[in-house]
Amino acid sequence: MTTTKIPSLGSRPHAFVPVLDAANRIILGKAHEVRLAAACLLAGGHLLIEDLPGLGKTTLAHTLARLLGLQFARIQFTADLLPADITGVSVFDRSSAGFRFVPGPVFAQLVLADEINRATPKTQSALLEAMEEGQVTCEGETRPLPSPFFVIATQNPTHQIGTFPLPESQLDRFLMRIEIGYPSRDAERELLAAGGRRTASEALTPLLAPADLPALQAEIAGLHAAPALIDYVQALVEASRNTPAFRHGLSPRAGLALLAAARAWAWLAGRDLVLPDDVQAVFPAVARHRLHSDQGGGPATASDIDALLAAVAIP
Amino acid sequence: MSASDDLLSREEPPWLFAVALATTLPHTLHQPAWLSGLAGLLLAWAAWLWQRDQRLPGRWLLLPLAIGGCLAIVAEFGTLFGRDAGVAMLVLFMAMKLLEMRQRRDAIVVVMLGYFLLLTHYFHAQDIPTGLWLLLALWLVTAALIRLHAGRIGPGETLRYAGQIGLQALPLMLVLYLLFPRVGGPLWGLPQDAFQARSGLSESMSPGSIGELVRSGEIAFRVRFDGTPPARPLLYWRGPVLERYDGTSWQVWPQRRPAETIEALGPAIDYETTLEAHGQRWLLALDAAATLPAGATLDGRLSAQLAQPVEARRRFRLSSTPAYRLNRHEQPATLTANLALPPTGNPHTLALAARWRDEEKSPSGIVDRALRHFRNEPFHYTLQPPLLGRDAIDDFLFRSRRGFCEHYAAAFVVLMRAAGVPARVVTGYQGGEFNPLDGYLVVRQSEAHAWSEVWLAERGWVRVDPTAAVAPERIERGIAEALPAGEPLPLFIQRHADWLRGMRHRWEALNNAWNQRVIGFDAQRQRQLLADLGLPDADWRTLAIALSLAGAAALALIAALALRRQHRQPPALRLWLRAQRRIGVHCAPGETPLALAARLRRSDPASAEAFDPVVRLFLLARYAPTPNLYLAALRAAVARLPRRRSA
Repeated sequence: MTTTKIPSLGSRPHAFVPVLDAANRIILGKAHEVRLAAACLLAGGHLLIEDLPGLGKTTLAHTLARLLGLQFARIQFTADLLPADITGVSVFDRSSAGFRFVPGPVFAQLVLADEINRATPKTQSALLEAMEEGQVTCEGETRPLPSPFFVIATQNPTHQIGTFPLPESQLDRFLMRIEIGYPSRDAERELLAAGGRRTASEALTPLLAPADLPALQAEIAGLHAAPALIDYVQALVEASRNTPAFRHGLSPRAGLALLAAARAWAWLAGRDLVLPDDVQAVFPAVARHRLHSDQGGGPATASDIDALLAAVAIP
Repeated sequence: MSASDDLLSREEPPWLFAVALATTLPHTLHQPAWLSGLAGLLLAWAAWLWQRDQRLPGRWLLLPLAIGGCLAIVAEFGTLFGRDAGVAMLVLFMAMKLLEMRQRRDAIVVVMLGYFLLLTHYFHAQDIPTGLWLLLALWLVTAALIRLHAGRIGPGETLRYAGQIGLQALPLMLVLYLLFPRVGGPLWGLPQDAFQARSGLSESMSPGSIGELVRSGEIAFRVRFDGTPPARPLLYWRGPVLERYDGTSWQVWPQRRPAETIEALGPAIDYETTLEAHGQRWLLALDAAATLPAGATLDGRLSAQLAQPVEARRRFRLSSTPAYRLNRHEQPATLTANLALPPTGNPHTLALAARWRDEEKSPSGIVDRALRHFRNEPFHYTLQPPLLGRDAIDDFLFRSRRGFCEHYAAAFVVLMRAAGVPARVVTGYQGGEFNPLDGYLVVRQSEAHAWSEVWLAERGWVRVDPTAAVAPERIERGIAEALPAGEPLPLFIQRHADWLRGMRHRWEALNNAWNQRVIGFDAQRQRQLLADLGLPDADWRTLAIALSLAGAAALALIAALALRRQHRQPPALRLWLRAQRRIGVHCAPGETPLALAARLRRSDPASAEAFDPVVRLFLLARYAPTPNLYLAALRAAVARLPRRRSA
């Protein structure tokens, strides 16, 4: 057999390898979810984590903030939270005899919006507008948010008591929604043996300089997506619109999100080229919260999404 | 397009230098040396500036250079127009444009000039080497054009694209070649100076003129006989008949003669002759011409003439009867003209002739006497005769006795006329060489010959070749055999050059095939082809319609192919499907190639090992930024896949 040198698809070492390793030591047995969260961040999108309380949503957000050296703020959403509690207020400063703007917790690089669906829609939308615009308008004055600006929101499953479900339009603003799920038996055993992880995450040291992340995001946005791959993304989006299982199809924004997330996933795999595998890997996280089952109007189920992926031929 | 796009990149000028070199280099064979030198200097300057990455010279320098160049061309050719001056100007401008290459526009001008210069080479030659060179140059110029438009692609890929485009143009070229209306003459009037410096017989002969011609190895014409060719001693190809003698030179008698009467004494021989351009109207038929092609006539002296001078290679069909009797009853005026001699000069010759006339009873006796004289006296056949004095014939017959065919023919005719036998000089070619490869008889300038004709009562004009009396080998076996060693014959017709002869035969057979089949595809052959295709009597209108239809069909075909290609799968995908067939797996609709490879690893690890490189190469060829880089490797990897055993 001739020994022709076949170029590998690439498994270039990159800056996120140690980040993922460290995160996986904190969040046990959830490598895929951690990776999705990292891809979401690298694609410049916001992340929604939905699951039952106590499964490590906050820990994940905290860990990423720590490891990436991002300035971190946490907002605990409650039913009585007001928009100003997020964006900030002007207070009278006696020494200067004038009003001074006190920035709210949203002026941080990584904002953890905990249990976002427990707040009223008015308060929710204050955050969501900040996410979309990258700036906050408060008392007639527009103030830019820091860069990078990354929101990890968590929400409890909507059937829980005392929740205001996010409307579709606002869900669309999250690049991905992931579920963490119960840990595996081994992971849970290790967790129980070693104690809670929250304290361990507090002890983490940043592995990235603050300026690194924007550079990486720019590099990923420039990753080559072949025409054939764009064909595939388009085919998936079109199929979501034509499949009777869903009430509405994916929006063009969702298509862009899918491509951006696939690029980040490919980069995390150390590749220069984006493959259909990358699209498939991120598709459930990108698409599921944007699609609604035709029966009853509830969120699309994981099996609906898998069926869609299995049905669309890879061009 | 932004301004920076318009500037030439550093990699582009070498292509244009190559274009300039390839399209102007063959012109050095024809143009004045100073022009080649100047063009070469300018090219070298441009290349040097490019290599040093220095600024190109400004207009203040280029303008005087251009004006100076044009003035020099005017000084050389006397004009700026016409073939040679025009080509010289193009060459000069091409070289100068290289010093003005700043923007893409300038480079395009160089490429267009290159295309145009390619055409100009056909003014000089239409042979195989020229064709090959121009084909390569065309390839290069097209590649340069592609390089200018396609941006940064490698030289190999550029040349490949150019080759592809050239091959794609091939059907169109063939259609145009076969169907483009051929007209009798050149399609466009060529400039006056397009025909010049042709070698061949002239209408006058003086001592040494044929000897000069014989030193040329150029081909005069080629003949293909339909049946068995006549024996070599019968191969007399008649050119102008020279009847007027002024003491130094022989000339054609300008007076018209009544049509000759030719009695055929044997069967006619059919043949086809392909004349090289010689700028004269002589058809050079084998004696004696029986049937002539349309437009050709005999001039009363058995010399076949065409209506127009032969300015390009032409092909004719003729027939001749080697055994003939010409003008048994000749006009008295003609006979008188063929007895005329200058009033003075050559007293010894006249005295010798007078003695023969007295001693011999019949004119044929005088002829035999003269031939005996040439045979018995110590005459030498040589290309380098000594100079002759005022009484040239006396000098030759009694002093030098060294001469070439024209000397013998002239002396013989003077002797005959002095003895009262009407005689004249006939010029033409004698012999020829058969090329064993294609069966053509090749007649060269070196076969140029002069012989005599005497008029005898009851027998008419009889050919007498005094050269045959002196050097029978000339007639029997050719000039190379007849001349002593050391004569200045062209190398490749010399007798010792056997090793060259085989090569020469091969080369000439190839050239002849090219001339006959490719260059010689004329109006007549085109008509024949169209008749074979079911279009008899096609005039140019029919041709134009046929051409339009063929063009429309070609366009439709190209459009159909392009549409099909649009629907056809890309090559990488086709190879991927082939790979799946070979290994016997099938990719499910939503299954990625990597997932398929993983599945195969589980079900058939042996095949998976061979399949893995295919998967990787397919993904690269389909999704990488430079997909074409991997196609060849993918093709090879698919070819290496083991075939599924049919079970």
